[in-house]
Amino acid sequence: MEIKCHKVASGSARGPALVTKDAISFLGNVDARTGMVVDPGHELFDQCIAGKVLIFPGGKGSTVGSYVIYQLKKRDLAPVAMINIRSEPIVAVGAIISGIPLVDRVAEGILRVLSGTLVEVDADQGQVRIFGED
Amino acid sequence: MYLSREEEGIYQGEQGETLRRMMEILVALGDIYGAERLVPVRSVQIAGVSYKNIGEAGLEWISDLQGSVVVPSILNPAGMDMCRWQEMGIEEEFALKQKETIEAYRKLGVTIDCTCAPYQIYKGLAGKGDHLAWSESSAVSYANSVIGARTNREGGPSALAAALVGKTALYGYHLDENRLPTLQVKVEADLRGSDYGALGFLVGRIVKDGVPFFRLRGLRPALDELKALGAAMAASGSVALYYVEDVTPAPPGPWQAEETICIGRKEIDEVYAQYPGGGADVVALGCPHCSAEELEKIAGLLHGKKVQKELWVCTARKIADLHPQLVAAIEESGARVYCDTCMVVSPATERFGKMMINSGKALVYLPGLAGVQAGMGSMEECIDVALGRR
Repeated sequence: MEIKCHKVASGSARGPALVTKDAISFLGNVDARTGMVVDPGHELFDQCIAGKVLIFPGGKGSTVGSYVIYQLKKRDLAPVAMINIRSEPIVAVGAIISGIPLVDRVAEGILRVLSGTLVEVDADQGQVRIFGED
Repeated sequence: MYLSREEEGIYQGEQGETLRRMMEILVALGDIYGAERLVPVRSVQIAGVSYKNIGEAGLEWISDLQGSVVVPSILNPAGMDMCRWQEMGIEEEFALKQKETIEAYRKLGVTIDCTCAPYQIYKGLAGKGDHLAWSESSAVSYANSVIGARTNREGGPSALAAALVGKTALYGYHLDENRLPTLQVKVEADLRGSDYGALGFLVGRIVKDGVPFFRLRGLRPALDELKALGAAMAASGSVALYYVEDVTPAPPGPWQAEETICIGRKEIDEVYAQYPGGGADVVALGCPHCSAEELEKIAGLLHGKKVQKELWVCTARKIADLHPQLVAAIEESGARVYCDTCMVVSPATERFGKMMINSGKALVYLPGLAGVQAGMGSMEECIDVALGRR
């Protein structure tokens, strides 16, 4: 299945989806040294975001979160791509400074994709492809 | 969003990877907020300086950047006095990281003045109607409200992006339509000094991100008092623009208040009563950074006296350097004039239990950011506490 989307940060990548309906505060929710979600109150608690196509509604919390995304990327612990319903500045800036493809303006149905499904994000073409769901 | 041919070229990477990413930041924010185009900025003020706030993650990012700023750009306060950090009780490990952070900014061509009140040291950074990309919330408020310039509250990376590209996305407070008052505040008391911080503390909580229009009575507020008012509202709420009738530049067009709130002496005094100074083990003045006038007032109050508790006076290094006799007069009492930093962003604050302050902004931030209790009073009361008179 192919879905149109809006490019926020350029690039393309594919990987297994990691999906949550909870917003993410990278400062606080995610450990920059391990890539693990460490907030017990978060739907993704105890899961690793490294190498995943991270699908979540958007960011929240401190603007330092942008730098945390950068730090994850430098340690090879970042998602390979991110998909938001509506991007906000913290995640948008974090993705751009880190060179992680980020797209938004997709229908909320994307949050029902099962974690583990192979997903490809091509930000420059404004396209998300979900494999194995046709 | 519309991009000129030159801007489009930068966006496509014609001028290198750093500028491409910086342009991508500006375009992404422009898209998120519905900007039509970019606009050149006269100056940039960059947050994300205190190593306490940005940590290793932020330092890594800034250190990796290549290039040079193309408009005058200066910094927010750092986590320590860059010269007298040992005296402040800062650990060496932190000091090294803080120095590295400042060096990384210097390498990008940023002017190394660490202050939350850049308008007090350089008059040429902002004038009426100028577009800016400033970060520090109290400076943003002052620029928009008192100077009549136009700036949103930028994050660290978006401010740096504006500094390297020389432009910012045209949305929010850059546009007249977002600069109209949303509510009216009638103040039925004669205010002075820290009363403005207390007023801002109250109004920010009510107004949140609105644009208040104040009708004051009594004496015309001094610039330092407007500085305190805006700083407090930006901390307890996220007010980035306010008006004071017959004092600040006027709103850009006709407006109607959806609501009017009234604040009297009773409400102001309740703030002081709620945050008494008793039990404070340190006193700090200079949030936002002291002006020369404030240093003079403090020097006068301390003349011939000795402090019994630590008293910090925070200001910009340029101001201290221009007024060595005031600094000497203050320090004669045993108080310390610290530059480049403040009680809100320095980890040195954390070793205290309770800090007495005269700032509505510090009142908001000290408990959460430093884990320190706060007592609020006038400058005179703060100095009395430091002198052991209360």
